[in-house]
Amino acid sequence: MQQLNQKLGYLSALPMLAVFAIALFAPLVVVVLFSIMPSKVFSLANMPDFSAYSVFFSQGYYKSLIWSLGMALASTVILLVISWPLAYGMAKVFRKFTLVLTIAVVMSLFVSENIRLFGWVLTLMKGGLIEGHIRAWTGVGFDSPLYGVPIIIFGLVYVYLPFMLFPLAQGISMVPDDARQAAADLGATRWQIFRQIDVPLAAPGIVVGCLLSFVLAAGAVAESKILGGQAVITITDDIETAFTFGQDWPLGSSLSVILIVIIGTLALFGISRVDLDQIMGRKR
Amino acid sequence: MPASRSTRIVLFVYGLLVIGLLYLPLVSVGFASVSRARYLSFPIKKYSSKWYAEALASGTVRDLLWTSLSVAVIVTILSVIIAFFGALAFARYEWRYRTTFQKLILLPIFFPQTVLGLALLMWFNSLGVIPSWKTAVVAHLVWIAPIATLIVAIRAYSFDPALEEAARDMGASTPTILKEITLPLLMPGLISAGLFAFLLSWGNFPLSLFATGADSTLPEWLYAKMVSGYSPLVPTLGIMSVVASLFLILAAFAIAWLVQTIRDSKAAQ
Repeated sequence: MQQLNQKLGYLSALPMLAVFAIALFAPLVVVVLFSIMPSKVFSLANMPDFSAYSVFFSQGYYKSLIWSLGMALASTVILLVISWPLAYGMAKVFRKFTLVLTIAVVMSLFVSENIRLFGWVLTLMKGGLIEGHIRAWTGVGFDSPLYGVPIIIFGLVYVYLPFMLFPLAQGISMVPDDARQAAADLGATRWQIFRQIDVPLAAPGIVVGCLLSFVLAAGAVAESKILGGQAVITITDDIETAFTFGQDWPLGSSLSVILIVIIGTLALFGISRVDLDQIMGRKR
Repeated sequence: MPASRSTRIVLFVYGLLVIGLLYLPLVSVGFASVSRARYLSFPIKKYSSKWYAEALASGTVRDLLWTSLSVAVIVTILSVIIAFFGALAFARYEWRYRTTFQKLILLPIFFPQTVLGLALLMWFNSLGVIPSWKTAVVAHLVWIAPIATLIVAIRAYSFDPALEEAARDMGASTPTILKEITLPLLMPGLISAGLFAFLLSWGNFPLSLFATGADSTLPEWLYAKMVSGYSPLVPTLGIMSVVASLFLILAAFAIAWLVQTIRDSKAAQ
């Protein structure tokens, strides 16, 4: 039986591993190889010279990276704060409304992120849904909040809300009510219950939620392009430009490798600390 | 420690507010799509459906929809097949590298999609493959198949392996068991995975951007128009794409409900 399980395990993992091999690992190897090629070549048949990496510092690309990581960090912190009460409600307070919220949030994910961000432009622009109506009713307009760093962070928060909300709700639902009740009976304040019961017991959900939203936000580009009017350039934007207008694949590849290493380290660190069987509700 | 009435109400209102904000941009797009003016400004003075008529008559739009649809259908079929086996490896069979496999599945979800699209573009280029909508299928697959696997895995966790073992004890072969026991039990998970796969592929932009080559999907076209000059067709096509997704979801719910009703009435007999 055990042996059969082993065999079936390997066999049934095979299709997925095949897709990974041809569409994830192989491209990754190509990116790494291109990143050490000399500038502006389009084939791997050149002598590697690592020059693309020095450009990262000399041409100021590190600034884009810092912007990307900084905005990702800001949006993750904001997301954690605004999602916590809602996740708590979904896990512990609401009954039917949890289902309504889940369906509403999941459905919003199916709308292309461009369309939703573009909708925010129409909502917030001068003469847009909000400003246009307020001006028509009161005669007083205001400047559009578009095209700045705060609106980019807002866009990141908006787009990546589900990736924080669902893991967090899942994490909070793993906190047993008895533990909270017992702490309350022993005279713990709300803050103490939060700090010493909720946060530690919901930690797997918190880790997954923060990790997902940070990593996705760090690689985001549409928010700064559509809402931010490129007020700041994100690292992914630089990568795109290097490949398209710049026609410099080695540069684009080296920037990609730097981003992948940062994201990959974080992801591996987080994933290795989480027990998926437990989170996904294994019964045995 | 049940929440107090006031906490309940505050959280409920907060939830409604979040749902409202999630959909507010789509309201703006909806209004914009029926505005008659070529250059949009709110409040809208004249409404008209002429942009819809124009979109439906346009050959470009037909091509975009056709490309998006082909990619999404093929991605859905392949994802469901991969996810069926993947979920068994993920949740059901006890094999040596199961936990490693579980973690591996999560990798593409963490990967920045734009970078993945570019990496695939370079890889196809070094293989000498010219990017088209077919390569976009591969790009979508590496991101969507793992998500489909996770969805099926949730279902696979909840079924009792004793059912399979009983069938095996009675002499059923592995393919028979998969077909007669495992497949029907996982069916609800497979259907939701298929739905997710289709909708995620239909709306995906960052992977398509670099992987489709000369072909263009609907989200790509919308993005191109958004960043380089406005076209009144942008809100119209955006809404058409959303409505198409909505129809599919409603149809799925309706079919699920119908199947359930038929089953119940059969059970009652």
